[in-house]
Amino acid sequence: MKAAAFRYARATSAAHAQALLAEHGEDARLLAGGQSLLAALNLRLSEPAILIDIGRIGHAAIEARDGRLRLSALATHAAIGRSAAVAEAAPMLAQAVPHIAHPAIRNRGTIGGSLALGDPAAEWPACALALNAEIVLASAARGERRVSAEDFFLGLYSTACAADEMVLAAEFPATAPNERQVCLELARRRGDYALVGVAASAKLEGGRISGLRAAFFGVGATPVLAREASRAAEGATVAEAARAAADALGRDLDPPGDPTTDGATRLRLARVLMRRAVEAMAA
Amino acid sequence: MSGAVEIALTVNGEAVRRAVDPRLHLVDFLRSELGLTGSHLGCEHGVCGACTVRLDGETVRGCLVLAVQADGAAVETIEGLAADPAWDDLRAAFVARNALQCGYCTPGMLASAAELLAAGGVPTRDAIRDHLSGNYCRCTGYHAIVDAVESVARARAGAPAA
Amino acid sequence: MSPPDALLHAVDRPNSWIGRARPREQAKRHAAGGGRFLDDLEPPRCLHAAFLRSPHAHARLLALDVTAAASQPGVFRVLVGADLDPVMTPWVGVLAHFKGLKSAPQYPLARGRAVFQGEPVAMVLAASRRAAEDALPHIHAEWEPLPVLTDPEESLAAPPIHAELGDNLAFTRTAETGDLQAAFARAHAVVESGFETARHTGVTLEPRGVLAHWDPAEERLTVHHGTQAPHMMKEIFVRHLGLAEEQVRVICPDVGGSYGVKIHTYQDEMACVAAARLLARPVKFVADRLESFQSDIHAREHRVHARMAVDADGRILAMDVEDLTGIGPYSVYPRTSAVEGNQVVNLSGGWYTMDAYRCRLRVAFTNKPPTCQYRAVGQPVAIALTEGLADLAARAVRLDPAEFRRRNLMPDGEYPAKAPSGVPLEGLSHQRALERLLEIMDYPALRRRQAEARAAGRHLGIGIASFIEVTNPSAMFYGVGGAPISAQDGCTVRLEPGGSATVASSLTEQGQGAEAVLAQVTADALGLDPARVRVVTGDTERTPYGGGTWASRGTGIGGEACLRAARGLSENIRALAGAVLQADPATLDLRDGAVVDAATGTGRMTLAEVGRLGYMRGDLLPPGVQPELSVTRHFQTRQYPFAFANGAQGCLLELDPETGWTSLLKHWVVEDCGTLVNPLLVDEQIRGGVVQGIGAALFEECLYDADGNLLNGTMADYLVPMAVEMPDIEVAHLCTPTAESALGAKGAGEAGTAAAPAAVMNALNDALAHFGARLTTMPFTPQRVLAALDAAGATAR
Repeated sequence: MKAAAFRYARATSAAHAQALLAEHGEDARLLAGGQSLLAALNLRLSEPAILIDIGRIGHAAIEARDGRLRLSALATHAAIGRSAAVAEAAPMLAQAVPHIAHPAIRNRGTIGGSLALGDPAAEWPACALALNAEIVLASAARGERRVSAEDFFLGLYSTACAADEMVLAAEFPATAPNERQVCLELARRRGDYALVGVAASAKLEGGRISGLRAAFFGVGATPVLAREASRAAEGATVAEAARAAADALGRDLDPPGDPTTDGATRLRLARVLMRRAVEAMAA
Repeated sequence: MSGAVEIALTVNGEAVRRAVDPRLHLVDFLRSELGLTGSHLGCEHGVCGACTVRLDGETVRGCLVLAVQADGAAVETIEGLAADPAWDDLRAAFVARNALQCGYCTPGMLASAAELLAAGGVPTRDAIRDHLSGNYCRCTGYHAIVDAVESVARARAGAPAA
Repeated sequence: MSPPDALLHAVDRPNSWIGRARPREQAKRHAAGGGRFLDDLEPPRCLHAAFLRSPHAHARLLALDVTAAASQPGVFRVLVGADLDPVMTPWVGVLAHFKGLKSAPQYPLARGRAVFQGEPVAMVLAASRRAAEDALPHIHAEWEPLPVLTDPEESLAAPPIHAELGDNLAFTRTAETGDLQAAFARAHAVVESGFETARHTGVTLEPRGVLAHWDPAEERLTVHHGTQAPHMMKEIFVRHLGLAEEQVRVICPDVGGSYGVKIHTYQDEMACVAAARLLARPVKFVADRLESFQSDIHAREHRVHARMAVDADGRILAMDVEDLTGIGPYSVYPRTSAVEGNQVVNLSGGWYTMDAYRCRLRVAFTNKPPTCQYRAVGQPVAIALTEGLADLAARAVRLDPAEFRRRNLMPDGEYPAKAPSGVPLEGLSHQRALERLLEIMDYPALRRRQAEARAAGRHLGIGIASFIEVTNPSAMFYGVGGAPISAQDGCTVRLEPGGSATVASSLTEQGQGAEAVLAQVTADALGLDPARVRVVTGDTERTPYGGGTWASRGTGIGGEACLRAARGLSENIRALAGAVLQADPATLDLRDGAVVDAATGTGRMTLAEVGRLGYMRGDLLPPGVQPELSVTRHFQTRQYPFAFANGAQGCLLELDPETGWTSLLKHWVVEDCGTLVNPLLVDEQIRGGVVQGIGAALFEECLYDADGNLLNGTMADYLVPMAVEMPDIEVAHLCTPTAESALGAKGAGEAGTAAAPAAVMNALNDALAHFGARLTTMPFTPQRVLAALDAAGATAR
């Protein structure tokens, strides 16, 4: 299938992109890496009137400073995967990259695009939630604002990013001493969207788990933070935390089914991943 | 056409200038505007990898890039790779190992394999399989492709054949 | 890569090319991006087709208005069913030898009613595919949904989809040999099981496509078609366009995978050909991937219940099989949709000795897309049910699966024999194939490894599956039933004046290497380097008449025709050279591009000299000599309905009982396809086939809801095997040539696909057995594996 017709505007800067967004509003879609958008266009699942190409505005930097890791919106999955700064400051992200589709997609797809799309089965939204990242948004009308990941993902493909706003960056707190981060997922084929995935961080001190933040993906309309699992694991030994968090997951997750995997099975797989993630923290 | 857009790029080293419909994706552009029919459409939604080409040195899905996005860029297709002696060994290995049958996936497969080989070293068979997993082949069962890529990596690294 | 000498066939001579592993010339072109596929062709004035397809699985078309669509930019014409009536007649997919097989007339575009989702209803013809697609939403179609039948069992009890057919039972057949009741009555143990194979499809990476052009001045139709059988398609176009056969030419460009998908009569393709005839403009259609999933033939939706009786020594006494398959609303033309099930009847248990056998097949119409022949037709079902029962029976009598097979496989050397269904078998090597498989697997070591892994909490499964493979079909397969399907192939071999050879064959090249095989066979007979043999295929005007590429027949039938033609040419060359050299032709041989003295190898004249003499210098020839430097031969098998190949496969996998994931670790194949012309090509055919079979076992299924809506119509949702999940596949060969041909070759294209699902299933169940669990519903998704573990009450929650 071929995409329906649309107009095309190339933004020369972030400010220009915001001005174009202000002008075209709901008729416009931002084109970053395009790895989800162009597939949707080709399938005629989406027929925007105009695409605003932000591929040339810069904003691809990956910077770690002052205890923060800032991934500018146009940083590609591949660049994130190659970055030593990412591996050090947020190892979960480096672990997530190999799960994201395939190399040619990772060369184009961007973190900003992924967060803005808010695909509940994708890795970056869950990582952002697990690490409580801040999403930096900007619009011509209201300037810059920051939204925590917990407040960003509102529903299925729905985020706090308004129609006239763009994602400028995501900022992650750098990993703390004794913090462990894990990203695991189960996909029928490597690179497919996860049946279930988990991005998890916790402190491991004296063989005990604390501050577990486990964000699951592929389990609902948004990535889901498993708060009950976190509570259940608090202060427990690794083995106990792994078991307790997995057991508690039924109160956190109510995954929908799809034609080959029902919700109960997804929950069951989520429990396995939860346990394995906590165990991996001690490995 | 809703407002044709002027683009200028190099394709296999040749300067190209065209006015294109914004919705034209890169592979349709290469095929219909430039007659470079070596890049194939297998799914047109970014999954099968048959349309894989190189854009500014990196592999991309040609169906997930608009021609207008390639303005100012350097695009390399199988036709370019075929004319580049640096990849003679890879193409020869695919032929020698019969790592292709119908040939429809082959241009994209070669582009992905070239990217892996360009990284150097001798990847494990699993690493080769992993890197090529975004490129479907329905004919070979992949084994021969892995053999071919592995043999080139070994030869380039001066390592003995497996 | 070269096979051991023992595998070289008797036709080999010192300069033999038969049996040599050798890369394909054609591969070089593809590796350089020089493939020429259907969509690469774009003639002037070409119209591009896009189809409005039924969104409903079954619905009455209340209104269809195309006027708004017809006035969209770039649109030349929008056609509906009635528009094509003046140029095309409908078709019905039945064969006379399938007694009782029924189907309804099928039109290029649905008429008043759609009977599966995706059925084409109207076609837009525009200056580009983009423009054609843009116009589709402007077609106004009003539908009244009708009851939808997706389940074959329910369908049999429901009102008929086609009222004129009376019911939804398209075909039924029962084969019975021996005294079944008596055999079951004296059984030491009876095992039984259901088996389900999932509806899946071929997923050629190049979608289907056609480019048709009617020349009104010459009144000739030229159809470029990505097809396996150009001569057959020509005859279909002739029949249904009401043309004379001299008015139609079919040309087959490079084909990007076929596997049986590209050998059927598709409504959209027929509509394009009809439109080209009607409008006298070139009309091109290339399916997009969604259309492929919706409208390519599907296959393998079988629900089986089967029993096996064994005696106390673990000898099979009898098998009793019930097979039900849902084929969609039409039997596909011209091969029909009864053949797949019929193969289950013919082949089940076909490699075991037993006293009695019964198999009942029921073929039901449903409102899903039509199913038809896809690689390994019926064989994956027959092999899975047989080998699944074999493992169950082995367990029942406490025998290792390998030992159970040893006791029951037909003994080598006692052929000809008959399969339990009565199908004749020429000469097979099951016992040796099993032993060779166990050897290359190092079966005892694998069992030790499995035990060690289990002690460490890891769950390996080992599965084996013996099999037969249908190859080299005779006219008894289709021709006898009245279909325009030729079981013979023709080949012309021509010596060129420069001493090279040109071959024209009715086979087609789909990537399997038919052209390379023909070049090697010709080179062998003419003592030429295969690089000096040019091969022409895929053009009804430039090749002899013949069946094309299907049913693993290319090398066995088309290769034999080629061998006969090349040998005939060799005789003619030697006769001519003998006349010129005043030598007895019997003392001459052809080697290394020259006529030589057979005894000494001394060169007498080059083939180039023969060519020049024959074509240019008749003045130098002795009186009365008329050189014949082109020879055409045809071949078809006459004695046996099929030349069965045989073999055995093995699978090693690891089960994660917590997640239900299965990881394939290694796969082995032993294949006996008679003479190997090019082992390199055979090996890769087998490996590719195995991976399609693995796809069926683990991943692939066309999923429909109860309303007949396809749920996974994209490449992201329909899971085709990718590289990283696939194992390395080791292949070994035995060689039992067929005596029906001089070449002795049987086919090998379907062996991998035929038996891999059974091997994977048995390996999975070997791992599951530790938990008392079992699973026989393909594909073996994680959820199904977990459910099987739960049903056994065995999994840690």
